Amino acid sequence: MEHFTLLNPINPASTWQLLIEFWQFNDMNVLWVLIGSILLGISASVIGSFAFLRRRSLIGDALAHAALPGVMMAFILFQTRDPLVMFLGAVTSSFIGFFIIDWLPKNTKIKPDAALAITLSFFFALGLMLLSFIQGMEVENKSGLDKILFGQAAAMTQDDINLLMVVTSFILISVVLFFQKFRLIAFNASFARSLGIAVNRYELLLALLIVMSVVVGLQLVGVVLMAAVLLTPVATARLWSDQLKNILLLAGAVGALSAIISTQISYLAPAMPTGPWMVVSLSTLFFLSLLFAPKNGLIKRYLQQQQLRQKVAEENILRTLYKLWERTQFEQNDFSITDIQGLRAMHTLDLRKTLKLLCRKQMLKESAHGFRLTDMGLEQATQLTRRHRLWENYLNEHLELSPDQVHSQAERIEHILTLEQEKQLEEELKDSRQDPHGNLIPNAKKTKTPAHPSKQARSLSS
Amino acid sequence: MNKSTRPSPIKVQNLSMRYHHKPVLTDVSFEIPEGKTIAIVGPNGAGKSTLLKGIMGLEPLIEGNVSFFGEPLAQKRLSTAYVPQREEIDWDFPISVLDVVLMGRHGQLKLWQRPGKLDNEIAEQALKDLKMWDFRDRQISQLSGGQQQRVFLARALAQQANLYLMDEPFAGVDVATEKAIIELFKTLKAQGKTIVCVHHDLNTVGEYFDWIVFINARLVAAGPVEEVLTKENLQKTYGGRLSLLNDLTEEMYRTRLNQAHDSD
Amino acid sequence: MNDIWIIATASLVAISSALVGVFLILRRQALMGDAISHSVLLGIVLAYLITDSRSLTVMLIGAVFIGLLTAWLSDTLHKVGKLQSDASIGIVFTLFFAIGVILVSLYAGQVDLDQECVLYGEIAFVPFDTIIWGSTENGVDIGPRAFWAIGIVFLIVLTSIVVGFERLKTVTFHPSLALSLGINVVFWHYFLMTLVSMTTVASFDAVGAILVVALLVIPASSAYLVASSLKSMLWIAAAYGQASVLIGYAMAFWLDSSISASIAVMAGLLMLITIIVLEVQKKVFGKQVKAALKAS
Repeated sequence: MEHFTLLNPINPASTWQLLIEFWQFNDMNVLWVLIGSILLGISASVIGSFAFLRRRSLIGDALAHAALPGVMMAFILFQTRDPLVMFLGAVTSSFIGFFIIDWLPKNTKIKPDAALAITLSFFFALGLMLLSFIQGMEVENKSGLDKILFGQAAAMTQDDINLLMVVTSFILISVVLFFQKFRLIAFNASFARSLGIAVNRYELLLALLIVMSVVVGLQLVGVVLMAAVLLTPVATARLWSDQLKNILLLAGAVGALSAIISTQISYLAPAMPTGPWMVVSLSTLFFLSLLFAPKNGLIKRYLQQQQLRQKVAEENILRTLYKLWERTQFEQNDFSITDIQGLRAMHTLDLRKTLKLLCRKQMLKESAHGFRLTDMGLEQATQLTRRHRLWENYLNEHLELSPDQVHSQAERIEHILTLEQEKQLEEELKDSRQDPHGNLIPNAKKTKTPAHPSKQARSLSS
Repeated sequence: MNKSTRPSPIKVQNLSMRYHHKPVLTDVSFEIPEGKTIAIVGPNGAGKSTLLKGIMGLEPLIEGNVSFFGEPLAQKRLSTAYVPQREEIDWDFPISVLDVVLMGRHGQLKLWQRPGKLDNEIAEQALKDLKMWDFRDRQISQLSGGQQQRVFLARALAQQANLYLMDEPFAGVDVATEKAIIELFKTLKAQGKTIVCVHHDLNTVGEYFDWIVFINARLVAAGPVEEVLTKENLQKTYGGRLSLLNDLTEEMYRTRLNQAHDSD
Repeated sequence: MNDIWIIATASLVAISSALVGVFLILRRQALMGDAISHSVLLGIVLAYLITDSRSLTVMLIGAVFIGLLTAWLSDTLHKVGKLQSDASIGIVFTLFFAIGVILVSLYAGQVDLDQECVLYGEIAFVPFDTIIWGSTENGVDIGPRAFWAIGIVFLIVLTSIVVGFERLKTVTFHPSLALSLGINVVFWHYFLMTLVSMTTVASFDAVGAILVVALLVIPASSAYLVASSLKSMLWIAAAYGQASVLIGYAMAFWLDSSISASIAVMAGLLMLITIIVLEVQKKVFGKQVKAALKAS
C-alpha cells in the first residue's frame, strides 16, 4: 500500500510525548472529557445490560438513530446549542421512537425486528433531512451539528461535559436504587406482576434511562455506533460470570476501560472521530474474552476437552488391563502392548504415551515382561470395572437394549459415575453379582473374589 | 412381522439427538411396518417431535442411521411427506390456502418451474378430500386452528407420498377436523400408505392407531397395539424412573465425554 | 436532463431494495439487512485499498465478500459463542463499520469517500460522475456511474427472483418444509444475503448506508400490511418504493433538503398513511358489525 500515505504518520517520539501530556492532565479539559467518557462507558454498559437481558440488544441502535431529528428540531426551534435544550430535544424524539417500536408489533402485522429497522431508518432520515435544511438556513452556530454522527470528544464544551456527568450519575444512582426490581422484571415480568409490582412503571423508567444514556453518549460515540456501547460490554461480561451483579460490574469496567483507551487515542489524533475507536476497543476486549475467559472461553473449552480425552484414555487402559488379568484367571500379571491392543483398538503411539503417563503416576509398572497394575492401579481399575458392570445391569433392567448397546453405553458412562451414584445403583439393583454378559462384578473392597471358571469368557463383547 | 418383499418404510438404528446438553433421545432403534397407522407416544418433553424431526433430517443427529424403504432419505424424498406442528408458521404471511397446498408439489418441480395444470388438479383434489376447497382463495390468517391443520394435511396429501409423518395432527382441533383426519387415515391405509404420527392423547391412541412406539428419551417399547399397550409399558414410559439415566447422559454431553471417548 | 438521471437512479435503487426487502421482512431478517448495509463500507474501502481500483466489479466483490462474512460471523458467534442472535449481529457489524470509518479517515482524501457521504450519499452529484465508454477522445458518455451500477444490480435481482420464485417462496414461508423437500435452505439464505450486499453497495453512491436500510425495510413493510400473496407483495413494495422516489424528490425540491433523505422520509410517511387507513377501516368495519348484530 505504498501509494497510500497516512495523513498524520505516527511519530513514536511525539506520540510518547503526547501520552505523557495526556496523563499529566495539564489540560483540564482533557481530564473532564476523560471523566465524562468513563462515566458514560459505565452507565451505558450497565443500562445496556438490562436491555440485553430483555432480549432487546439492538434497541440502543434504534434509539440512537431516533434521537437525531430531536436534536435538529430543537436547534431549529430555539436556535441555540445549549446542551440542555439539545438533550431534551433528543430525549423527546428518542422516546417517541421507543413508543413506535413498541406499538407497531402490538397493533399491526409488523414484527419486532422490522419495527426496529423501520424506526431506526425513518427517524434517521428525518434527522438528516432536517440537518440539510439547517445547512441551508442563515443562522449561526450551525456547524458541528454533524459531529453527532460519529462522535468527537474534542468538540465537547464544558457545558456538554457537565450535562454528561449529571445524567450519567443519575442513571447509575437509579440502577443502584432499583436494582432488585429491575432484575426481577428482566428475569420474569409476569411473576413480578403477580406479586403486585407496578411492572409498567418500572419498564417506563428503564426505557427512560436507556434513552437518556443513549442520547448523552451521542456526542462522544456518535449515532451510528452507540449501539455497540450498550451491547458489547454485557456480552463480554457474560463470558466471565453468571451472577447479575458481577455482570453489571464487569460490564461497567469494560465500558470504562474502552472509554479511557478511546479518549486517549482521540487526544493523539484529534482529527479522527472518537466513536469508532471506542467500538474497536470494546470489540477487542470481547473477542479476547471469547478466547481466553476462564469459564466459557474457547481456549479453556479446548484444553478441557484435551484433559478429558487423556483421562478417558487412561481409564480405558486400566480397565483393559483388569480384564486381561481376569481372563487369565488372575494368574498372569504382565501384558504387552499387543495384548492390550487385542482387546481395545488404539493407536500404538497414543497407547505408548498413555502407558508411560500411567507409569509415572504409579498406576502401572513396566518391566521386561510387559506392563502390570500396581496396587493403586488395581484399586482404580477395580472401581472402574465395578461401575461399568453395575451400570450395564441398571440399563438392562430398565430398558430393552441389546447386549452390545448396553456395553457401548456403559463404556462411556463409567468415566463419570461418582461414588455416590455407585452406591445408589447398588441399592437399586439389590445385590447383583454378575453383569448381563455373565462377568462377575468386583466387590467394593480391594480384594478380589475368585471367579467361577465356567462363567468366564461367556461373551466376547466385554 | 415384516413383509419380505419390501424393506420397512422407516428403520431407525441407534439414533441419538440432543438439545444443548440435554439428551433428548439416546440410542433409539426400531422398525415400522408398511400400510399401518403408527403413533409415537410419550410424556411432554420426551423427544417425540424431535424424533420426527431427526428422522426427517430437519435437526442434526449426534449419531444413528435412518433408512426409508431401505434407502437414505435423499433417495426417497418423493415418497415421504411431512406435516409439522402449526406453531412453526408465520400465519401473517400473504398466501392463500390453494398456494399453500400447491407448495407440496415442489418435490416434483425443478428450480425454475411453476406448478402446472396437473399440479393444480392434484391440489384441488387434496383440498376437496379435506373439505377445504371452498376456502381455496382465503388468506391463511383468516382460518381457524382446525382449518389450518386441514390445509397442512391437504398439502401433504398433494405430495402423493407413500409415507406420511405428522407432528401432533390432532392437537387443538375441532370435532369436524378430527373426523376428517380419521377419514383421511382410512383412505390412505386402504391405498397401502403408511402413517406415522406424534400423538399426545392416550385415550384415543388405541382407537386411532394400529401400532405404538413408546418414547421417553429412550425407546421403551414398539409394536402392535394389542401387544404393547400394557400397564407395564405405560409405567415405564410415564413413570419417571429414569432420572439417574438422564442426569448422567446430560453430564456426558456437558463434558463432551462422548467426543473424547469415541475419537480414540 | 440531470433530474431525469437522478430520478432514474433513485427509482432503480428503491425498486431493487424493495424487492430484496420483501424477503428480509418475511424472514424476520430486517436487522441483518441493517447490519450488512453498514458492513459493506468496510468491504468497499478494503477493496479499494487493496486493488487501487474503483471499478464496479471490484466494489461488488468486496461488498459481497464482507456482506457474507457479516452474515456468517454473526451466525457463528450465535452458535459457538452462545450469544443471542441480535447481539451477535450487533457486535459484528458495529466492529466492521467502525474499522471502515477509521480506514476512511486515516486515508482521507485518497479514498474518494468521506464519512458523511458514505452515510447518506449525495444523489445530487450522481449525474456528474459519468462513465466514458471507449477512449477519452471519441468515447461516448453513457451516463452516470451510479446509474449503471444499480442498473446491473437491479437486473441481477430481478432475474434471480423471477427464476427462483417458487423456491424462494417455499424457503421463506416454511423453511422446515423446504428442508424436508430436499431444498438447500442454507444456499438460499446466503444467496439472499448476496443480493442484499450487492443492492447496498450499488446504492451507496446514491443514497448512502442508512438510507438503504430505509428503502430495504419500509416499502416492503407497507406492502406486508396490504398484500395477499407473495407476488403482489413484491409488486406493491416496488410501487411504494417508486412513489417514495417521485413524491420525495418533489418534497426535496420544495423544501430544499437532501434528496435521498427526503425519499426515505417519504417512504415512512406513506407507511404511516397506510397504517392510518387500515386502522380507520378496522374501526368502521367494527361499527358495521356491531350495527348488523344489533339489527338482527
